[in-house]
Amino acid sequence: MRTAVALALIVLGSVVFHLLSPWWWTPIASNWAYIDDTILITFWITGVVFAAVVLFMAYCVFRFRHREGSRAAYQPESTRLEWWLSIGTGIGVAAMLAPGLVVWHQFVTVPDDAVTVEVVGQQWQWSYRLPGADGRLGASHVAYVSPDNPLGIDPKDPHGQDDVIVQGEPLHLELGKPVKILLRSLDVVHDFYVPEFRAKMDMIPGTVTYYWFTPTRVGTFEVLCAELCGTGHSHMRGSVVVELESEHRTWLLQQKSFAQLRAPVRADAGN
Amino acid sequence: MTDDTSNVIQSLSVAEVADVELYHPKSWITKYVFSQDAKIIAIQYSITALSIGLVALVMSWLMRLQLGFPGLLSFIDADSYYQFMTMHGMIMVIYLLTALFLGGFGNYLIPLMLGARDMVFPYVNMLSYWVYLLAVLVLVASFFVPGGPTGAGWTLYPPQAILATTPGKQWGIIVMLVSLMLFIVGFTMGGLNYVVTVLQGRTRGMTLLRMPLTVWGIFTATVLALLAFPALFVGSVMMLLDRVIGTSFFMPAIVSMGEQLPYGGGSPILFQHLFWFFGHPEVYIVALPAFGIISDLISTHARKNIFGYRMMVWALVAIGALSFLVWAHHMYVSGMHPAFGYFFATTTLIIAIPTAIKVYNWVLTLWRGDIHLTVPMLYALAFIVTFVNGGLTGLFLGNVVVDVPLSDTMFVVAHFHMVMGIAPIFAIFGGIYHWYPKVTGRLLSDTLGKLHFWVTFLGAYAIFFPLHYVGLMGVPRRYYEMGEMAFVPPSTATLNAFITVVALIVGAAQLVFVFNLVRSLRRGRPAGGNPWGATTLEWQTPQTPPGHGNWGKTLPVAYRWAYDYSVPGAAQDFLPQNQPPVPRTA
Ligand code: HEM
Ligand SMILES: [Cu+2]
Ligand SMILES: [Cu+2]
Repeated sequence: MRTAVALALIVLGSVVFHLLSPWWWTPIASNWAYIDDTILITFWITGVVFAAVVLFMAYCVFRFRHREGSRAAYQPESTRLEWWLSIGTGIGVAAMLAPGLVVWHQFVTVPDDAVTVEVVGQQWQWSYRLPGADGRLGASHVAYVSPDNPLGIDPKDPHGQDDVIVQGEPLHLELGKPVKILLRSLDVVHDFYVPEFRAKMDMIPGTVTYYWFTPTRVGTFEVLCAELCGTGHSHMRGSVVVELESEHRTWLLQQKSFAQLRAPVRADAGN
Repeated sequence: MTDDTSNVIQSLSVAEVADVELYHPKSWITKYVFSQDAKIIAIQYSITALSIGLVALVMSWLMRLQLGFPGLLSFIDADSYYQFMTMHGMIMVIYLLTALFLGGFGNYLIPLMLGARDMVFPYVNMLSYWVYLLAVLVLVASFFVPGGPTGAGWTLYPPQAILATTPGKQWGIIVMLVSLMLFIVGFTMGGLNYVVTVLQGRTRGMTLLRMPLTVWGIFTATVLALLAFPALFVGSVMMLLDRVIGTSFFMPAIVSMGEQLPYGGGSPILFQHLFWFFGHPEVYIVALPAFGIISDLISTHARKNIFGYRMMVWALVAIGALSFLVWAHHMYVSGMHPAFGYFFATTTLIIAIPTAIKVYNWVLTLWRGDIHLTVPMLYALAFIVTFVNGGLTGLFLGNVVVDVPLSDTMFVVAHFHMVMGIAPIFAIFGGIYHWYPKVTGRLLSDTLGKLHFWVTFLGAYAIFFPLHYVGLMGVPRRYYEMGEMAFVPPSTATLNAFITVVALIVGAAQLVFVFNLVRSLRRGRPAGGNPWGATTLEWQTPQTPPGHGNWGKTLPVAYRWAYDYSVPGAAQDFLPQNQPPVPRTA
């Protein structure tokens, strides 16, 4: 009896916690509401299954607990029942997988009008690079990294000269404009994660990874690192500002390009 | 299923091992220390695994204290947090669960349940334990080397695992890799034994489809382990070379802390593939034996045959096979080619079907049973609750796009603790309460057992259920401290403190368990040969605890499957597997 009640209370407690606790996802700020929807579908299906299985167990424990003289039924198998249950499970699984794969397809298909922004991770800070007037990012390699070229941009690549470099400051993005985030790391694996955007991807040294989204809400959002990257992992924070187009243009004008950042160095060298 | 099998018996040619004097131990040392008796080896494995498991438990308290009450213990800084975390995860998964299920339960139960005298290669079996012990000692040594143990996370991802910005760079990582390699060597010796014994050592009449599901689970898991561990072994060798002689298997060109490192051209993601090609099957290496044990506990204590035995066997085999096709679901956000996402999400969700069948069959076994709520049965019920809970959250993480926001958050920590931490531990507890009487001849205290059960079950659920929601908010895993996060309400600090308090209480309850184990050795109620009225052969031995060679002069013969409970017309509510069928009249 006690056991049956405990099992039922676990279901009840879980449902109440789910509905009433203050801990839930933060309001979304990107186009990935589909992901939230798929999570909700999954919560529903799995929640129903969890409740059904545990309540069924509770009922059995209550109804068929040992009493003096009671004896179990003898029933080795029931092919029919097992088939029905398998088919039912298959349908439930398909109901979660199908929308999941459709949304995944969108997630990995970058729209043509997306602007490119590069995020560079290194222990334990974030830097950003935006294309200049030519709309292209210059080539890069860690071999070029030096104090006056912290992101390792190829100094000979003309496309790189006008690249805008943002270090130790928030990244600014334009509201409603799809953005393809290119991810690069100089040292170890990091992961550029903004909970409100619902998207994340590891950055692997030696390769460039990416994902895309459209910011849908103005505001300042926290950047976290989501892949263990050594002692400072939990302190690797930053922020992203989403703003209207006009504000974004003003911000961009105030930033320094790669060539500008190197100019004082060259001037020093000339003296 | 109670069929007469005289034909089968005659057609089987089983190498029957006579009770030869030759290999009986001659001295105390060869009997209890360098023993070749699988039962003693099993006990050695179990005690070693549980002892090192207690170390991992202490690590979890320290981590929880830091998360619940940041800064309370001044000696826990970021470095030591990551060291505790790595050691906790690695010990729990490999040195506790894998060793205890396969080396502990496997060694004890395979020969006994199959009616064999011992493992087929007793000497190699003995070596297996000693190499495992060496692996554990090397692991423990990493607490004492300069720089301490590695803090690279149990996944040991390079490049950070071997760079100076990760604690334990000097010695910790080397010691860890060596220990893992030793573990794999030791396991392989044991594992070959388990597989060959199951295939070759069964007694007459013990067909494959009459084996108890415990043996099926351990057998399948061992096959998985033999195929999966080599990937980890290779990965460890390569990383060791990267670290020690400066090769670049996993190391691309890197600037670390402003300094160009002499590496170049390697692939960090290659290690991830090797790791998870091992790592995902590893989840099933600890789950399949648990599945088997739980099936037998439920059947025995509900006095009812396991529902759908053949389906249960096929489900085990299917899960085992599929588990090699899903590894990259741990890498959806690793930057691998996005097209892999479709494939691995589909295979991962397909595994849910045979897994669900197992769950249905467990609960359908309860239906119209005669349920005795013994401690093993309680643990079996708790296993189902936590396993179903963790399995269902796996449907979130396996469904590639849903994994994107959730991966690497506390949601993942909650998920895998439920499904491969708590649930298998419950199977182990249930198994220990169930088989302790066979091992020692005495029952564990029921009162202490129930106390241990209720605190552990409700506590573990209270620890890990709310944690899903912390992850859903977006709190990443492996955070030494949350600090300020704008999107996290302040009430979360209270929740974290609550979880920590519960974790300490659950931890204390484990001491009750250890006390019970020790106390009952002398003070437990004598159990007799078959206290639960079970059908399987290990309960039918002439002596309890069984002597060396298990069966005295003659081997038992299996006449029926392992689940003849409450057979209509039978006098008792169970028919042992070695009970001959009543001769048919006319
Ligand atoms: C009540 C018991 C337990 C508690 C309180 C506990 C607590 C924790 C905590 C606090 C973490 C670190 C989370 C983070 O910062 O990301 C962790 C990680 C982990 N735990 Fe446990 N744990 C328990 C039992 C287990 C068991 C039985 C297993 C067996 C599989 C296990 C396996 C792991 C693994 C694999 C990790 C990941 C380590 C890593 O991130 O590298 N834990 N646990
Ligand atoms: Cu990090
Ligand atoms: Cu997996």
